[in-house]
Amino acid sequence: MSRFILRRVLYSLVTLFILSATIFVIVRLTGDPLALMAEASARPEDLDRIRHQWGLDRSWPVQYATFMQNAFKGELGKSFNYRLPVSELYFQRLPNSLTLGIAATLISLLIGVPAGIISAVKVNTWWDYVAKGVALLGLSIPGFWLGLVLILVFSVWLRWLPTSGAGDWRHVVMPALALGWYFAASMLRLTRSSMLEVLGSEYIKLARLKGLPDVVVIAMHAFKNALIPVFTLAGVNLVVMVNAAVIIEVIFAWPGIGRLLYEGIFQRDFPLVQGVVIMAGFMIVAINLVVDILYAFIDPRIRLTR
Amino acid sequence: MTRVAPLLEVSGLQTQFFGFGGTRVVKAVESVSFSLDEGETLGLVGESGSGKTTTCLSIVGLLPRGGRIVGGSVVFEGEDLTRKSQRELRRVRGRRIAVILQDPMASLNPLFTIFRQVAEPAFFHQQMRGRTLRARVQQLLQAVRIPSPEWRMRDYPHQMSGGMRQRIVGAIALAGGPRLVIADEPTTNLDVTIQAQYLDLLKDIQRQTGVALIFVTHNLGIVAKMCDRVAVMYAGRIVEQAPVRELFDTPRHPYTRALLGSVPKLGSKEPLYSIAGQPPNLASLPAGCPFHPRCPEVLARCATDEPKDVHAGDDSVARCWLVSDGVARS
Repeated sequence: MSRFILRRVLYSLVTLFILSATIFVIVRLTGDPLALMAEASARPEDLDRIRHQWGLDRSWPVQYATFMQNAFKGELGKSFNYRLPVSELYFQRLPNSLTLGIAATLISLLIGVPAGIISAVKVNTWWDYVAKGVALLGLSIPGFWLGLVLILVFSVWLRWLPTSGAGDWRHVVMPALALGWYFAASMLRLTRSSMLEVLGSEYIKLARLKGLPDVVVIAMHAFKNALIPVFTLAGVNLVVMVNAAVIIEVIFAWPGIGRLLYEGIFQRDFPLVQGVVIMAGFMIVAINLVVDILYAFIDPRIRLTR
Repeated sequence: MTRVAPLLEVSGLQTQFFGFGGTRVVKAVESVSFSLDEGETLGLVGESGSGKTTTCLSIVGLLPRGGRIVGGSVVFEGEDLTRKSQRELRRVRGRRIAVILQDPMASLNPLFTIFRQVAEPAFFHQQMRGRTLRARVQQLLQAVRIPSPEWRMRDYPHQMSGGMRQRIVGAIALAGGPRLVIADEPTTNLDVTIQAQYLDLLKDIQRQTGVALIFVTHNLGIVAKMCDRVAVMYAGRIVEQAPVRELFDTPRHPYTRALLGSVPKLGSKEPLYSIAGQPPNLASLPAGCPFHPRCPEVLARCATDEPKDVHAGDDSVARCWLVSDGVARS
């Protein structure tokens, strides 16, 4: 088990290394940040001074080496725009994003998993067709469009919910719904296919042959087995929603990490974009590790090997 | 001689699979009749796709999607199971009729302990709980010769060998205290020495509990070892049914003869006999006797008229024109 975790950690480090190099190069391809940092009338020597001050006059390899050195120490650099450490900005926004992400994950699970189970148990009946239709809608309706429709209906017409910003629970409802919708559809499809596979297995046949009630066969024998891939997806989805809910956060003016990333990109704020992407990558890697360890709790075959 | 009512009486059973919105009908089981007394063992033999498994699943009313019993009856302990609802059947399955499936590696749930899986029938059917249930599971595991059951029952299936898992499946079958166990090729996926052990075990259990057994197999050696009576299936029909000795000594149906002829003999220099042609497509059977295109002794009428069951000998039934003509002549 410890060897298994060690190997996973090693893979994770390699992944993060590749990610950091990629994002480092990509942000630098978006253009010169000086053009947005300084006024148009700035003198060339002032520009050079600023460039030197932020270390942008050095070669890319040197810049990258410095960046990595600091990253290992837990410093992700200072934002050009905010003049604050990126990590500070990130952790300032994190609670908001977590709230949104967790709410959206719950919505996606509460819609996707039961619908997926019903769809699999009643396969090729109209239940199944309705669920498949919902999944198709979920995957094809863009989140921003749904967000706008929600605002129109619940804020403008019905005046039940505030259009934007963060505050109490009423602010969370619409962005979480708009964000969770797409993921509910993918959850539904995964639950359905996973359940179908398990329901066709021999041990489910034997469970039925034992004369067990359907509820026991489906809810205990089948569902527990079908849960493993669903859990993985939910974990990864959560991280994606926390870190990359860019469009939804912008539409609902939600002060989260997605909007921070959005601002960073438009301001050519290299340290900010790098920092957010690295943090997201780190979280994805970490959640995968956690999910792997969670598997071990569900599945004795993993738990008891070595 | 007066006979007590048999434990199980299947008569005229017809099971079909409907596909493509009912446009394609596969007649998997066609007028199958047989009966089984308490403590008796019936062998069900035939090639793959001859309807053995479908017959068994029809008895417990648990057909795969698209399958339906369209005719006949399955009378078990005086009740027609084909007329029962799924809810009523659930109280028969696992409790009065148990089934052992083919693949020991796949038929146990990987995420539950052996205890849990063996305990389920007793838990749901006999309402056993707590210490009584534990004792019952230990006793069942002991009966199928699992060493130190009080420890092994906490294990998970992946911690056991194939032979052990199949014995666990046997324990599950016995857990509800059934009167009939249907074993669907229970030894196909075990290696030969384990096979022999498993068969001995089943025989012992049968002696101790007096349970009746339907043994599905395509291995005639196992039939000779295990069964009292044999039914040979071909294209969803029972073409011959006889006590085991009689079937081996005087096979009456050409298909039975061909089957017996295709068993390899130790030390024989002859090339192995095989039946020409392929088993028929159950969705479009030939007219007349379904075996006639492959039959080495085919008559003209075989291609047009389907033969009926003919009683021959003491307790033997065959469905062949040769037999009925022979009986008519004598």
